Amino acid sequence: MHPAISVIFFTVMSGAGFGLMAMIGVGVPLPGGLLAAFLIPLLAGGLAVAGLIASTFHLGHPERAWRAFSQWRSSWLSREGCASVITLLLFGLYTLIWMVTGERALWLGLLIAAGSLVTVYTTAMIYAQLKTVPHWHTGLTPTCYLVFSLTCGYVLATGLSGFVVSNSDAAGLAVLAIALAWIVKYMWWKHAENASLADSGSTMETATGLGNIGKVRLLERPHTGENYLTREMVHVVGRKHAAKLRKIALLLGAALPLLITLAVWAFTASTLWMVFAFLALMAGLFVERWLFFAEAEHAVSLYYGGPQG
Amino acid sequence: MTSLPQSTNKALGLVIDLDTCVGCHACVVNCKEWNTGGYGAPLADLDPYGAEPEGSWLNRIHTFEVSPADAPASIVHFPKSCLHCADAPCVTVCPTGASYKREEDGIVLVDEDMCIGCGLCAWSCPYGAREMDPVENVMKKCTLCVDRIYNENIPEVDREPACVRTCPAGARHFGDFADPNSNVSQLVSERGGFDLMPEMGTSPVNKYLPPRPKTKPSSCGSATPLTAAQPKAGGLLGWLDQALEKLG
Repeated sequence: MHPAISVIFFTVMSGAGFGLMAMIGVGVPLPGGLLAAFLIPLLAGGLAVAGLIASTFHLGHPERAWRAFSQWRSSWLSREGCASVITLLLFGLYTLIWMVTGERALWLGLLIAAGSLVTVYTTAMIYAQLKTVPHWHTGLTPTCYLVFSLTCGYVLATGLSGFVVSNSDAAGLAVLAIALAWIVKYMWWKHAENASLADSGSTMETATGLGNIGKVRLLERPHTGENYLTREMVHVVGRKHAAKLRKIALLLGAALPLLITLAVWAFTASTLWMVFAFLALMAGLFVERWLFFAEAEHAVSLYYGGPQG
Repeated sequence: MTSLPQSTNKALGLVIDLDTCVGCHACVVNCKEWNTGGYGAPLADLDPYGAEPEGSWLNRIHTFEVSPADAPASIVHFPKSCLHCADAPCVTVCPTGASYKREEDGIVLVDEDMCIGCGLCAWSCPYGAREMDPVENVMKKCTLCVDRIYNENIPEVDREPACVRTCPAGARHFGDFADPNSNVSQLVSERGGFDLMPEMGTSPVNKYLPPRPKTKPSSCGSATPLTAAQPKAGGLLGWLDQALEKLG
């Protein structure tokens, strides 16, 4: 699949934003005061909204995006739109209460945490629902999105809490969260290794229905140039450096944040340092998400000479 | 609403005969010609006369080579357009309701004014039946020539999809699969019509007819090759020929 920057940005940024909203909601200790009550929600909401706005750059007609709220009964993309807006509205109310009263309303916060989880789940289901992309068509896809979202949120929230409390136990928990997230991702990668189109039972023989005659190969494409399908779904260029990029993702997204977080925990340093762990984690996730798209094989490639091009 | 209808009164679609198709692309051209001026936005082309032409088309012909284990390879021309699936994933993924399947005849259509151009329907289609128009930025797909088949302003003989009407080989057939006595249902049962990628669970309406078995060269028996005729030479050349023969 074509790794569109807008969609990568959308899934990573809004994942982190809703993760942070969930952490704020469940009551992770954070600085008080009017300024914090304004800036911290601005950061969480800003990440989520920046991601959602980026996703509209992927649209042919962004001015009609409001129509996407109508089909929540059948469409995961529509559900994602609805869940994100409802959660953001609740979060706006929460922020208002926080700014006015100085109190963080736990009942509303828990509702926001639930809404955030639902939003991230629906985002992942946009991809996981597609039978045409066997890499994505697994329950591990939403699991991955959820653990990364929560881990990003937790690491950032713990970092921000460094302004008021020095709680290196929180760093210990963050170590576990980061490790767990990448273990789930490792399981996803293991799944992907055995989830090629051929593994899922789709071949050029089933695509053409000519398998009972013999082995099928493409002799001529229907057209000499590219088309929407080949650029969007028969994208193979991105896979060239997959192994190297996977190492980069692990280095930036796993090793570096783990190192920082472990150091904070071991030396009982200020958890403020964990903001850097968050930045590294995000950088790693951009690479991970790039691979999520670039490595995925789409069934339509079988009509264009197979997934290897 | 982008939920699929429980059932459709008719199941209109195509039968494509892979035995008969000669790969001339006439259906592709006539499809583009009709649909660029009919339903919805025109089907745009970019750089049509330049080095890298591309554009949106609703029907395309791939060409495959099939190699049996015990016979020479054969060529199969393979027309592909929307299969108007009974269980169409492109309809249910649509976030706006632009993509829908008609209850009356099962045709899958896009309401282009509602399409936001997210492309998710194209991602959900295993057959590559949907292409984003590069100029209008809305999703284009085969309409089964919905503006021809019910059109009382054109002669009755033309009230079938443009690709079917134009096929010089008679490789394309249009009809109602819900009616077991229709021409298309008969063809499917007689010739063993099949679904493309049944494992995707899309229940396509369009069916493909397999190429008829080829006669294998070994089963034809052996024939004695003819020897080339030897013309008799006369005159000087004839004398020379005889004289040289005698010399051994």
